[in-house]
Amino acid sequence: MIAIIDYKAGNLTSVALALQSIGEAFVITDNIAILNTAERIIFPGVGAAGEAMANLRAKGLDEWLHNWIKQGKPLLGICLGTQIILTLSEENDTNCLGLIAGTTKRFPDNLTDDRGKLKIPHMGWNNVSLLRQHPVFADIPPAAEFYFVHSYYPAPADEAVILGWTDYGIGFCSVLAQNNLVAMQFHPEKSGRYGLQILRNFCKWRPS
Amino acid sequence: MISKRIIPCLDVRAGLLTKGIKFKGNVDIGDPVAAAREYYEQGADEIVFYDITASSEGRDIMIDVVKRVAETIFIPFSVGGGIRNLEDMRQVILAGAEKVSVNSAAVENPAIISEGAQAFGSQCIVLGMDVKKVAPSRKTPSGYEIVIHGGRIFTGIDALWWAKEGERLGAGEICLNSIDADGTQDGYELNLTALVSEDVSIPVIASGGAGRPEHLAAALQEGRADAALIASMVHYRTYTITQIKQYLTNQGIKTRMLW
Repeated sequence: MIAIIDYKAGNLTSVALALQSIGEAFVITDNIAILNTAERIIFPGVGAAGEAMANLRAKGLDEWLHNWIKQGKPLLGICLGTQIILTLSEENDTNCLGLIAGTTKRFPDNLTDDRGKLKIPHMGWNNVSLLRQHPVFADIPPAAEFYFVHSYYPAPADEAVILGWTDYGIGFCSVLAQNNLVAMQFHPEKSGRYGLQILRNFCKWRPS
Repeated sequence: MISKRIIPCLDVRAGLLTKGIKFKGNVDIGDPVAAAREYYEQGADEIVFYDITASSEGRDIMIDVVKRVAETIFIPFSVGGGIRNLEDMRQVILAGAEKVSVNSAAVENPAIISEGAQAFGSQCIVLGMDVKKVAPSRKTPSGYEIVIHGGRIFTGIDALWWAKEGERLGAGEICLNSIDADGTQDGYELNLTALVSEDVSIPVIASGGAGRPEHLAAALQEGRADAALIASMVHYRTYTITQIKQYLTNQGIKTRMLW
């Protein structure tokens, strides 16, 4: 069974409906006893880093996540869930989980590309260039695009954990992967067929 | 590089499309869920639902539509029309919509933008603006004025000022509708679109006047819009979304071509 961590950070309906559509059983919970019985964890989130971390700490989920990662069981981070996996977020200088070393940074103002000024948030569909193969990205064509909506992006300290790279005026890390953890800045649950394929792959993934 | 978004807009009244939409074999579809699915399959990047129901009974029906849409398509969609307070927003978002759009209610009570952004995040709050061209004046120096209640009431508010104010209050996106161009199928109001899009740092969706693929190209290039809203040109099956995206791609405009 898959558990979606409920830490009062945004709406989990979309992730739940996406899992339902691919026929995966899931539970949405903040209960550690139930989370412990899960086979794999989805760690989503929308909103502000500070509030999200406060909610996680209040329930002891910060420590629990560290233990989960040590056990080698699969974890999928989405959007804010991905950002707070790092050590620190520039969003109100928030101390985060530190499951992976690095900082979540804000896009600089005055971003441009060859079409002119770029808006913040980065909102819409964009490509992800994979730097290596990964089971969670099996059967995803290189031209596939994914739905992003964010003003901050993950900047891991160790480049070896960068799996996907996206261009928005600057290049940024859009997918992180290390051992049993894979985390993406975009929303697979809102990224059409290829987003659902990523969720399907994650549900089958057995990290070695 | 980010793609420009193509967004069909569906008007819903009491749970049904206000105008039947012609689909395969010229069959009229009155069901917004079926129409959303069809556009999802044609490559729509997002869908806008506009609820023109007034009654509270109708609102409940709309929430049910939102739930069924959320089970059926896996791209973002927004719901506008009749959103007057945080509770209205909460219901729509919990039912599975990505975004809510506020228009007249935000003009009458701008705090709804900041309260919504605070409660659900800026990315959830779309400021819908209905705009009419007027003679530039002290009150409306841009020559564009905000109108509400379907364009019937002039507010004396300058459109450019309101766009900036909406951004300051926490809107994550602007859906900019020209009442003058709306329904004409003669093209978007490019001057207005460029003016607003250049002046705010949040994404702008051009709305009103799309009749041909060239109109979208103009809104996305000259108009500098981040996305283009379409209605009749796809509802009457003059074009499919796929055809429009193919045209834009041929014009060198990046859109999502794989879905």
